[in-house]
Amino acid sequence: MSVRRLHSEQPESFAFTEENAAYLKKVIARYPEGRQASAVIPALMVAQDQEGWVSRPAIETVAKLLDMAEIRVLEVATFYTQFQLAPVGRKAHIQVCGTTPCRLRGADELITICKNRLAAHPFELSADGDFSWEEVECAGACVNAPMVTVGKDTYEDLTAETFNALIDGLADGNPPAPGPQTGRFFSAPEGGGTALTDSALYDGSVVGKYRAFDREELTPAPAAAPAPAAAAAPAAKPATEKPAAEKPIPKVVEAQGQADAEKVPDQYKPELLEAARDGKPDDLRLIWGVGSKLEEMLHKLGVYHYDQIAGWNEMNLKWVDQNLGSFRGRALRDKWIEQSAKLATGWRPSDKDGDKPA
Amino acid sequence: MLQDKDRIFTNIYGRHDWGLEGALKRGQWDGTKDILAKGRDFIIKEIQASGLRGRGGAGFPTGLKWSFMPKQSDGRPHYLVVNADESEPGTCKDRDILRHDPHTLIEGCLIAGFAMGAHAAYIYVRGEFMRERERLQAAIDQAYDAGLLGKNACGSGWDMDVFVHHGAGAYICGEETALLESLEGKKGQPRMKPPFPANVGLYGCPTTVNNVESIAVTPTIMRRGAAWFSSFGRDNNKGTKLFMISGHVNTPCVVEEELGITFRELIEKHAGGVRGGWDNLLAVIPGGASCPIVRADQIMDAQMDFDGMRAIGSSFGTGGVIVMDRSTDVIAAISRISYFFRHESCGQCTPCREGTGWMWRVMERMRQGNAAREEIDMLFQVSKQIEGHTICALGDAAAWPVQALIRNFRPVIEARIDDYVSQHGMAAE
Repeated sequence: MSVRRLHSEQPESFAFTEENAAYLKKVIARYPEGRQASAVIPALMVAQDQEGWVSRPAIETVAKLLDMAEIRVLEVATFYTQFQLAPVGRKAHIQVCGTTPCRLRGADELITICKNRLAAHPFELSADGDFSWEEVECAGACVNAPMVTVGKDTYEDLTAETFNALIDGLADGNPPAPGPQTGRFFSAPEGGGTALTDSALYDGSVVGKYRAFDREELTPAPAAAPAPAAAAAPAAKPATEKPAAEKPIPKVVEAQGQADAEKVPDQYKPELLEAARDGKPDDLRLIWGVGSKLEEMLHKLGVYHYDQIAGWNEMNLKWVDQNLGSFRGRALRDKWIEQSAKLATGWRPSDKDGDKPA
Repeated sequence: MLQDKDRIFTNIYGRHDWGLEGALKRGQWDGTKDILAKGRDFIIKEIQASGLRGRGGAGFPTGLKWSFMPKQSDGRPHYLVVNADESEPGTCKDRDILRHDPHTLIEGCLIAGFAMGAHAAYIYVRGEFMRERERLQAAIDQAYDAGLLGKNACGSGWDMDVFVHHGAGAYICGEETALLESLEGKKGQPRMKPPFPANVGLYGCPTTVNNVESIAVTPTIMRRGAAWFSSFGRDNNKGTKLFMISGHVNTPCVVEEELGITFRELIEKHAGGVRGGWDNLLAVIPGGASCPIVRADQIMDAQMDFDGMRAIGSSFGTGGVIVMDRSTDVIAAISRISYFFRHESCGQCTPCREGTGWMWRVMERMRQGNAAREEIDMLFQVSKQIEGHTICALGDAAAWPVQALIRNFRPVIEARIDDYVSQHGMAAE
């Protein structure tokens, strides 16, 4: 995590412009009544767009607007690193993506240019105060690496040359068009032509072509009752069940729902055996974490051999895990599949209780 | 190779009209009312039958997740939350859906929302995607104007509102409970589970959080049927998927392909091959920065799907493939990923808050070779103390790349240390 503090020099006051205040009113209306705190990030973002950075008066203004404690807004402003807590370059604050995919394609070079041309350190203002830069953690354009973000726009597929040209353009107030700087078409492969070339996709001939949901055999039993919060019941359903659904669901059902939320359905049940093959089960206690009690449970379930467990997939393992009663969680935590795969090869642990999985 | 007629995202490159008119012509919003008329259970069953697994990284079956929502409301509203907080290095597919094919997502919100009894959906877009957010909002406005959203959406009788929300540069908000905290106006720190969001989610109400791609593919699955979708890929790994190919390939790109395509075919067909040829391939991170790095020989002919990547000791993640050729300093590459996780740890759990920084500092020394050989094992050990000891999976995600580097590239680390020692006499303390 990064430790961030407010700037040492703060302006006297802050007020949203009329336009921004009206926009925020619309934003607040997106959330249920009493949940206006949800708008804190959008509000701070608007404040930043207006002033270039987030100041203490701006934080206080947002707190008042959303009826939040100031400390809560301060927490948000310092937690989310997109908020600039100090003034940035007047003309541009350049955010260079420095994570691995961009590094592989030359982000180092861009950072060197920033250091040489703009300021020696990130977040430092250039001598003329026009520019600042920072290295950001992935801006989400990895297939167009290396890239930088300036304000709302991204400049992608950069080279030293095109990046220098971008800085020149920003300085002159005439930046190049955003997007890939090589003439490439967004995220399509250069040269194009490997996918989405069939013109039949675009001439309207697919409209009405697919009606798989009309198959007779798939028509289900009558649909479930609509949620009571529905202002109008769906057209296809009877609108008579509302009163019944208004009743609060009994506790038991809720608990059931809770259990359901974790339950892995039986379609993931692995293949189980009636008895050990040739009456000779493997010693399951050699799996680290399995004792005699768990071995007994596994036998009861129909698990006798290492190769059985080794052949499971993750969902199978989860299914078994939920049938382990109070031992639930062990199968996953102790990586039974990996352990059993090793044991199935004939490998034996140095200790009789098994080797703890690395 | 997947044919164009079976691609779900037909405007992923933005060559055509992103707006409603273009979307309608490409067959979106086609028969939506009839799909809804089939009822909740039908939709959930169909999605379950399609074998769709969540596209956000963890691969949890989507239909199953929807089925966890209470069948009847207890008076609390239900919410659908779409996770568009795409921030993991190597992952950039949702961006293209948002800016070029937004109506796939909006129609998906209506269908998914209906299936889980939700009248409101929030799409949480990462703060950096500002143009994408504007585009998405414009598309939503179009849908409202055309009566596809709002009261009696599509004439179905169902009321559906879709709102755009955004973050402000915190990777952790891609974790579903951190996202909900953030959406409630707090710091994005993950919650303990249980209770699961399906019972206590946004504003304490039943909530399902799905990835953009998972929601955006559902309208097409409903139109073309579960059988069509599940005809692609092998068991447990069904369907088509957006792949993002970055790094040292000749033509990096986003492309939709069939799950289970081999790595070699994917790279050859769409990314113009590995820079300098296949012999020049050194390593690959197959699914976004948190996925374990693998060696060229492990992945070259592996199948790109959940089980295929598991089989080589990695993880499929989001399908964000980062390719590295022999010019790459793998230790530096992973060290940069360690820095990323150090930066993005929310600070809530000690093993992650302290551990991610510690790992990065050790990785930086390893990058220079300024370490002792024994420290490699110590680093591995400590990473095991972080993994599995935190509320959310960020601790795990930070540990895996480091562990995989040690597992697969130990000789490189050792050689670097030996070099350093031969030049400097001994490792500095």
